[in-house]
Amino acid sequence: MKPLVSAVRLGKKFGDHQVLHDINIDIMPGEVVCIVGPSGSGKTTFLRCINQLETIEMGALYLDGELTGYRVENDVVHRLTDKEIARQRRITGMVFQRFNLFPHMTALENVMEGPTRVLRQDRQAARDTAMGLLARVGLGDRADAFPNNLSGGQQQRVAIARALAMQPRLMLFDEPTSALDAELVGEVLGVMRDVAATGMTMVIVTHELNFAREVADKIVFMADGRVVETGPPEQVLENPQEARTKAFLAAVVSKKQDAA
Amino acid sequence: MTLSFALEDRTNDQRKPDMDVIDISKLKHARPLHLGRLATAAVLLAAGAYIVYAFAVGTIDWPVVGEYMFSERIMRGAVTTVVISVIAMAIGIVIGILTAIARSSRNMVLSSAAMFYTWLFRGAPMILQLLIWYNLALVFPTIGIPGLWEAKTVVVMTPLAATLIALSLNQGAYTSEIIRSGMLAVDIGQYEAAKSIGMTYSDTLRRIILPQAMRVVVPPLGNEFIGLLKVTALASIIGFGELLGTAQDIYYSNAKIMEMLFVATIWYLVIVSLLSVVQMWIEKRFARGFANSGRHG
Repeated sequence: MKPLVSAVRLGKKFGDHQVLHDINIDIMPGEVVCIVGPSGSGKTTFLRCINQLETIEMGALYLDGELTGYRVENDVVHRLTDKEIARQRRITGMVFQRFNLFPHMTALENVMEGPTRVLRQDRQAARDTAMGLLARVGLGDRADAFPNNLSGGQQQRVAIARALAMQPRLMLFDEPTSALDAELVGEVLGVMRDVAATGMTMVIVTHELNFAREVADKIVFMADGRVVETGPPEQVLENPQEARTKAFLAAVVSKKQDAA
Repeated sequence: MTLSFALEDRTNDQRKPDMDVIDISKLKHARPLHLGRLATAAVLLAAGAYIVYAFAVGTIDWPVVGEYMFSERIMRGAVTTVVISVIAMAIGIVIGILTAIARSSRNMVLSSAAMFYTWLFRGAPMILQLLIWYNLALVFPTIGIPGLWEAKTVVVMTPLAATLIALSLNQGAYTSEIIRSGMLAVDIGQYEAAKSIGMTYSDTLRRIILPQAMRVVVPPLGNEFIGLLKVTALASIIGFGELLGTAQDIYYSNAKIMEMLFVATIWYLVIVSLLSVVQMWIEKRFARGFANSGRHG
């Protein structure tokens, strides 16, 4: 089985500042991978590289075996056109920290937009699928509500439905619960748990370590733009090998205790 | 003294019942007199009444104003003003949107061309642009596409054509900056979300960004339209028969200068008032999803 996502010696710069160094990660179909680490570690940037919201400067990134963002001909690298990049993005779905729903469209229209515009699906069929997805995230009765009239948790669930509507093979989550009030985190994690249960390949940047421990097949711990440690949750979270990981986990635990 | 009605409502209140409590909703509220407001209103009313009186008894032939108000020539001038403004604004908005998109393009050639256009047509005075277009025949006796179509410039560049071209290009330059500011006001996350569901850039602009930008730009565009409507009056200098030009033509022959100017003024005000209604309707349309979001102070 070949990996769905494969980062090979991937590097990323913002100007002169290198934010990702030598990232090597393979993600297999059906795997749920949680990326954790302190803020500024580059985990969100790496996630955004996967669906090309960021360009990479070093190494290479393959999606389903296909080089992303570039085409190589006779040892010369050509940048892909926007259209080709849009096509490559189609196998990924993305859920943002700040939801980014389209405020001028209802929940239903948000979910239908991709299927009707991009996949050119028949409106009625797209509508039926969208209603089904909204029901699946528990918002069947709020289909006609505008994002501004939904709670943060509801908006994020619509955003998940919007991403699923494109029938992605890979779902990317960028700190999906960080902008939510504490009492709304659970409903979003619940929906994500359901998505994971369908066998969807998922890459999740998160601070919810308990959730990561529960759903992840693999934890990637990043710090200072590098992958420090990778492994199953029980290994990385319970029995970390690297000093950097131990320090991070200790800090998170003591913060939790302060809060309690 | 205790107030019994207040105590009855204090079922969950653990404080001692002998406290001297009040409930402001059960008491009579004093009405403020607003003496300042009354005084200002009186002064303004008096000043207004005096101005109306002055004009009423001044040497203005009011019946003439009434007579010309709905005369065919004036009406035609008013309609011309509205039609030319609407067309110029429509073309201006199309040019403005294209220029704004070109300006934000990564393509340096496009963005520089857009910048140059805005600089040129915003920079030169309107009246100058009208005169240059109208007198274009002095530079190019004939215009056309070589081999396909050719015509004498004096024939093509009528006052109407010159006015329309000058107003549209000038309006396009101003509008492009307004549209651009509207596009900049849309959150960057909206572009990313559109990308994330595989939308192309042109679909993103058309379906996601511009509809949201329009909400922000309708009020300034309303302002622009009112400005444009009044700028059409400048076209009278190249002999274009809009509202003010028509009024002037009439007073050149009947010498009722102030009367005709009043007729024109009243019509401009009427048109602008109608326009505000249209603007409110358009604003409502683009407010989709933003109603009741608590932006009322």
